[in-house]
Amino acid sequence: MSPATPTRARRLIGFAVFAALLGTAPAASAHLVTTNLGPFYDGFAHFFTAPETLLPVLALALLAGLRGPAFGRALLLCLPVAWLAGACGSVWLAPRAALPLGTAGVTLAFGALVAADVALPRLCVAGFAGGLGLFAGALSGADLARASAPLTLAMGTTCALFITTALIAGRVTSLRAPWTRIAVRVAGSWIAASGLLMLGWALR
Amino acid sequence: MRARRARAAAIFWSTLAWPALAFAHAQAGGTISFSSGFLHPISGLDHIVAMLAVGIWGAQLGAPAIWLLPVTFPVVMAFGGFLALVGVPLPGIEIGIAISAIGLGLAVCLEARPSLWIAALLVGVFAIFHGHAHGAELPPGANGIAYSIGFVIATGLLHATGISVGLVHRWLAGRVALRVAGAAIAVLGLGFLWRAVA
Repeated sequence: MSPATPTRARRLIGFAVFAALLGTAPAASAHLVTTNLGPFYDGFAHFFTAPETLLPVLALALLAGLRGPAFGRALLLCLPVAWLAGACGSVWLAPRAALPLGTAGVTLAFGALVAADVALPRLCVAGFAGGLGLFAGALSGADLARASAPLTLAMGTTCALFITTALIAGRVTSLRAPWTRIAVRVAGSWIAASGLLMLGWALR
Repeated sequence: MRARRARAAAIFWSTLAWPALAFAHAQAGGTISFSSGFLHPISGLDHIVAMLAVGIWGAQLGAPAIWLLPVTFPVVMAFGGFLALVGVPLPGIEIGIAISAIGLGLAVCLEARPSLWIAALLVGVFAIFHGHAHGAELPPGANGIAYSIGFVIATGLLHATGISVGLVHRWLAGRVALRVAGAAIAVLGLGFLWRAVA
């Protein structure tokens, strides 16, 4: 019998390690049923599939980012807390119908503020964040209340909101070139235009 | 081996060529409405040339018009769409759209340099006709929010394309080419006007 070549020996060792890993593998618990985290990820995804609440949040994150880091921090503090409070309140209270007129109006107003690059005081941005959080959180909670684990869903949605807001406000805050600020304002005008059309749909 | 690969590639590409709508997502219809809204501004030549002309004219005028005009157009166009959605009639829409192509084409061709507010006002007035036409032609059963977002994004991207094209303005040959393009847009506008009144 010829001695094993180095390549063959390496293959044998690799196969043995692979077989040993397979043989001793514990249960992965990779499926969401066993981790009970399914509703969390459902809530996480829910945030991105509801443009009526996503658009005003985007606009507020752009607005805070344009004004600077202190505004971004105020937004990050107020918006998720108010959102969770609104969602929990809506889950525990009677679910209400969606308010397309309100979401359209908020989208139009925040988009216009971004497009005009209005220099608002920090307290005002924090107030907007609190108001939007309570309002949109309550709308989101009314949707989530019909699910089996509404609070886990609400936690997932709040995490998605926090991450999205932090990423966008942080990125906009770091923009230095003048044309990038203009691009943000153009994005705000697009959001305002979408809000105006949403208002037309709501009044139709 | 090579034949097997070729066969597999043929099957793969032919499968891609005939996809069926999956409706796999919970909000069935939202995607269709987004694509309907996105495709609407780019499905008519009259809309396309007018929006490209706005971007090109903005690029010719330079800052701040280069960004002010493309910001004005979608917002005022959305206002026109809003008027159509709430049922406010606007007579002579097709004529207005044709005149917008003529006016914007001539502005590009002549490199017109009015004051900023006159340029914005002109673009805004034209945008109302385009927006009203879009709002009045909405497909039944569309998801309004998704449709609106697609509609605005497509309009904005058309303006961005116009601005990108207009950046050749820095070269002499580019300036001449833009003026020729403006003349072509104006001629197209005359054709649209002929069709609208005929």
